[in-house]
Amino acid sequence: MIEIDGITKIYDGKSVVDDVTLTIEPHTVAVIVGTSGSGKTTLLRMVNRLVEPDAGMIRLDGEDNRTIPGYELRRRIGYAIQGHGLFPHRTVAENIATVPRLIGWDKEKTAAKVRELLTLFQLDADLFGPRYPHELSGGEQQRVGVARALAAEPNVLLMDEPFGALDPIIRAKAQDDLLAIQKHFGTTIILVTHDMNEAFHLADKIAVMDAGRLLQFGPPDELVRQPATGFVEAMVGASERPFRLLSMRRVSDLAEPGSADGSPIAATVTQQDALAELMWTGRSAAPVVSSDGEARGRVTLEALLQRARGPK
Amino acid sequence: MVSSNIDKLGALIVAMVAYAASSPFATLRSNRIVQGEGFGIPSALPAWMAGLLLTVIALASLVALLRREAIPRLVSAAAVMVALFAFIGEAAAFLTPADNTYARVAPATGFWLLLFTFALLAADGISRMRPGPVMRLLYLVTAMAIIAAILLSGLWADLSVMKEYAVRADVFWSEASRHLVLALGSLAAAVAVGVPLGIVCERVPATRAAVLNTLNIVQTIPSIALFGILIAPLGWVAAHVPGAYALGIRGIGATPAFVALFLYSLLPMVANTVAGLAGVPRESREAARGIGMTSAQRLLRVEFPLALPVILTGIRIVLVQNIGLATIAALIGGGGFGTFVFQGLGQTATDLVLLGALPTVGLAFVSAVVLDALIDMNSISPARKDA
Repeated sequence: MIEIDGITKIYDGKSVVDDVTLTIEPHTVAVIVGTSGSGKTTLLRMVNRLVEPDAGMIRLDGEDNRTIPGYELRRRIGYAIQGHGLFPHRTVAENIATVPRLIGWDKEKTAAKVRELLTLFQLDADLFGPRYPHELSGGEQQRVGVARALAAEPNVLLMDEPFGALDPIIRAKAQDDLLAIQKHFGTTIILVTHDMNEAFHLADKIAVMDAGRLLQFGPPDELVRQPATGFVEAMVGASERPFRLLSMRRVSDLAEPGSADGSPIAATVTQQDALAELMWTGRSAAPVVSSDGEARGRVTLEALLQRARGPK
Repeated sequence: MVSSNIDKLGALIVAMVAYAASSPFATLRSNRIVQGEGFGIPSALPAWMAGLLLTVIALASLVALLRREAIPRLVSAAAVMVALFAFIGEAAAFLTPADNTYARVAPATGFWLLLFTFALLAADGISRMRPGPVMRLLYLVTAMAIIAAILLSGLWADLSVMKEYAVRADVFWSEASRHLVLALGSLAAAVAVGVPLGIVCERVPATRAAVLNTLNIVQTIPSIALFGILIAPLGWVAAHVPGAYALGIRGIGATPAFVALFLYSLLPMVANTVAGLAGVPRESREAARGIGMTSAQRLLRVEFPLALPVILTGIRIVLVQNIGLATIAALIGGGGFGTFVFQGLGQTATDLVLLGALPTVGLAFVSAVVLDALIDMNSISPARKDA
């Protein structure tokens, strides 16, 4: 659990982060969104004390993060940044092994961890371990950057626009991979982005910041249905609202008994994708199948539209 | 044959060879300070040797003109250079009148021009092969071994430079070691002071302008003026600081030479350290800090290794510069190869000047090649994908 309690940071007499309080539950993904200059990166950097706050307190699992030296704190917290920040003079394996070495793991344990992480990120350990960062593609560099952040098995992972430098297709893949990894390790993630699609895709809870203040912190559908301010509504995007609602849930949630004609839709795709499929093929309903091909009833256009409807 | 088959550098080489072959190959003087008489290749060597040398030169020129592959170019250039080295020694033996110890035979324009021309061809061949740093060091060692073998064989014993050497063999080696101590010692001191100073300048921007501007001013002081400036303070130190005189500190001699070389070395060392550290990618610094490295760990494990190629470039500049500049030390009794240069100038004995100048040039060349190889070994390929 990460408790951010009345945190303020002042630069040149101006509050960059202004009395922000929020609590992030363990094993969840919290995404901080906001325009540039909203203070979201500064807030993130105060969690691992790359920036020291002027007021307030941050507790990790109940413990004030100022009780140990900053560098020791940072070794316990994963940190991944845009443009990966890999060390160009070290191999992929050496890059990933950086923190385990700093905290004194022995060679075998470190090597096993490097291998495990590379495999988890779908990189062949024998092939990629000895390579240098400049020999990798952008997507591969980014995965190694996240693998390095996770090497010492941190409970908390901080990510500052980690996918900002990737093209849309690789970015979508990287986001899915991150969710899988997060499930695998149960890591608590705080991620900063200005990409609302990314926020809705990844977040259990979204924090919207503007001019240093926290405007709203809640689950994605709460932001869509009950935006706290006009700014939050604008960030969500008024014309995007129905699709945002649909994009958050899977088809399986809306499957109902019955049958329908035409090619089936997988239960795991988002409701937004299902709506697109029905609109494209001119059907009012489609059969739903589970990933192993088992029939799961059907999904109807009506149910989807009902689900996408806003509050009265 | 189509004209496009003719190599441009080859054409230049043929033109230079044509000019060089008609210039004097060796000079004979009746003693070491008078004007001499030039001899072309045909008259400077016994007929069969002259014929052989001209044939090798002609064949190599043809290769340069018609073949673009690296290996034939390098091999033929090396063959000519070895032949030139061997036959200049033979020319000295051939031209020196029997039982005459005053006569001097020296390489003349034609020899130097031919050597330069085919060194150019060899360099072209080597650069076409794009050898890695280890290969380049191997070429260097091979070339040094050939020259050492010729020197030891006594093939050049009749050459004027070697006659100058023969009467100064002891002094030559003590001046050589003095020269190295001056050049390398001042380099070591400059590294020991310049790198930490560069780190401070990089970390504390306020100090940067002050330090670099001061060093810039030092760099503009002419060396002789700097020696003059140093006489008074060093003389005072020698006279008043206990133990300084016993350490060999004097107002003139090796001490001011060492101090001057050290001062000239500081600017390239500090400037390159600052530039090297400034070139460390921002993301790497940021990640190093975010990942939990202490300030010292970031410097030693990330920033310094990444800045090393640029710092090594600074060391290369300083070393080559110091090897050249150390000759000036002889002006104030500091010793080194400059001793022979200035003695030779005083006696109008060109051969003696060469005895000081040739080893200096050779030393500078060798250090440049070695350090370039070191820099290459420590660099990461610049092709970096950021997308």
